[in-house]
Amino acid sequence: MSSEQHYTFREAESRPLPREGGRGEGQPLLAVTDLQVNYGGIAAVKGISFAVEAGETVALIGANGAGKTTTLKALSRLLPSKGTLRYDGKDLHALPPHALVQRGFSLVPEGRGVFARMSVTENLQMGAYQRSDKEIAQDIERMFELLPRLKERADQLAGTLSGGEQQMLAIARALMGRPRLLLLDEPSMGLAPLMVQKIFELIRGVAAQGVAVLLVEQNASLALETASRAYVMESGTITLADTAANLLADPRVQAAYLGH
Amino acid sequence: MYAQKKKIAGVALIGVALAILPFVIGMGFGNAWMRMLDFALLYIMLALGLNIVVGFAGLLDLGYIAFYAVGAYIYALLASPHFGLHWPLWAILPLGALVAGMFGMLLGAPTLRLRGDYLAIVTLGFGEIIRIFLNNLNAPINITNGPKGIAGIDPLAKNIEIFGYALHSLYLIYYLFVALALLIVVVTMRLEKSRLGRAWVAIREDEIAAKACGINTRNVKLLAFAMGASFGGVAGGLFAGFQQFVSPESFGLFESIMVLCMVVLGGMGNIPGVILGAVVLTVLPELFRQWAGPMQMALFGQTYIDPESMRLLLFGIALILVMRFRPMGLLPSSRRKAEFEHAAEEGVTS
Repeated sequence: MSSEQHYTFREAESRPLPREGGRGEGQPLLAVTDLQVNYGGIAAVKGISFAVEAGETVALIGANGAGKTTTLKALSRLLPSKGTLRYDGKDLHALPPHALVQRGFSLVPEGRGVFARMSVTENLQMGAYQRSDKEIAQDIERMFELLPRLKERADQLAGTLSGGEQQMLAIARALMGRPRLLLLDEPSMGLAPLMVQKIFELIRGVAAQGVAVLLVEQNASLALETASRAYVMESGTITLADTAANLLADPRVQAAYLGH
Repeated sequence: MYAQKKKIAGVALIGVALAILPFVIGMGFGNAWMRMLDFALLYIMLALGLNIVVGFAGLLDLGYIAFYAVGAYIYALLASPHFGLHWPLWAILPLGALVAGMFGMLLGAPTLRLRGDYLAIVTLGFGEIIRIFLNNLNAPINITNGPKGIAGIDPLAKNIEIFGYALHSLYLIYYLFVALALLIVVVTMRLEKSRLGRAWVAIREDEIAAKACGINTRNVKLLAFAMGASFGGVAGGLFAGFQQFVSPESFGLFESIMVLCMVVLGGMGNIPGVILGAVVLTVLPELFRQWAGPMQMALFGQTYIDPESMRLLLFGIALILVMRFRPMGLLPSSRRKAEFEHAAEEGVTS
């Protein structure tokens, strides 16, 4: 059941998929400079800057309404935004949302967003919608090895799964796109503590395979335990940026987000 | 092997049944019923076209009849004394499908961000705009001949004689309609199982997740509108040639609702269900119209209610009954059925 056990997902890297980016050495995989997003006249994100290196896990923590989800949506090109967004050396603003997956940029949307009236297997197939290689079936098998719960429910409609299983499916579906950067929006939302542990075990497993993860979480302690670096967001701005260990020890973070 | 043989036998059986059906109906019940059979086939094509938009992609379209109108007027303008043009059927039908498909995109493009009720209102307006245009495009240049409509359209087929046996044109038209309806059925079945078909379902389920999966939701939605509309355009062309007369009043909102009812009543998204819905809603009202008068006479000695006005009443009752007792439609797809059963189970446990 452990995430590391059969997780051979990153072996995919050696295969001829559209992964060769024009990224110069030393540049972060994702670089955000002065991102601004307006939501119906209200400035939800007021010029934030941050970066995610290749293979690194970065958390974006903060209270409800701080602008975390808006940030992810803007990065995924689901919301119009201003500022410079560079992913893999390319300008994200020049790409439509559907062109991101094939460049290894995958979003697991807030509230999971599984296709309720499609089976588990069909959901996984949709994750590989942009792929035309012959290894899709193998990758589905890999997901089933990684998440035996999903295998048991392979033919069940996704809408009939429990919340935690749907979250697993949503992550697995994103992995089917063979991402280099995985954006997770509140993966712990609405789940029982035991299930939250399982989901984070899965996320750590994915990160251990070299996938860069940008994790948006309200559960700050879990996020900081999982990430190597983190940014704290408050009403549309980044107020703190440090390594996860330093932030865990920071009295301000402890008081505001860790309940100490 | 056995399953394969069984499948071939099934297809052959359906083929034979479709081939002899007009003779059974025509000889047994007369030409009025033959006309109805032909109309049922037209509605099957229409309903299958709307099913792509509503059933597969989940985009509620209340103006679908506009595409039927476009196809019908293309045929009427290119094969009637109105402009003195007499193009052959095989040139007009593809053109009608193409133009209707373009109109589909024209409707789709500004409504891409709309869903549900909002989309329904806009499409309803679009359908009315087309009808009103047809009504008023007789001045300054007379294109559509306005409310009077276009008469004297070239027929689809003429009565012929085979081996000294006179065959009414209705039979030839039947075979033409069956062939095209089968083509549309096959295309729809292939679409349903295709990558595009899955993308439509994904968009219906969750548009943001669909984008996150790399689906170009804009193009995929436009394709749904265009394909559904092109089927409507083909059916419209056939309608014009069949009736030999078109006028704007054939393309009102009620017709749009009628086709939508066929899709919903039969089982949204399920091809056999949609076919059944189209047949039931074409044949039943007609049966009723023919029998309601004499039945009242036999039972009460006089006609209390005009069968024509009762037709709508019963139609409404039938719809309510189906929605009450079989909300997923008469023949639902397995996907929809599972969804309804799941909803029912949740209702019990919670």
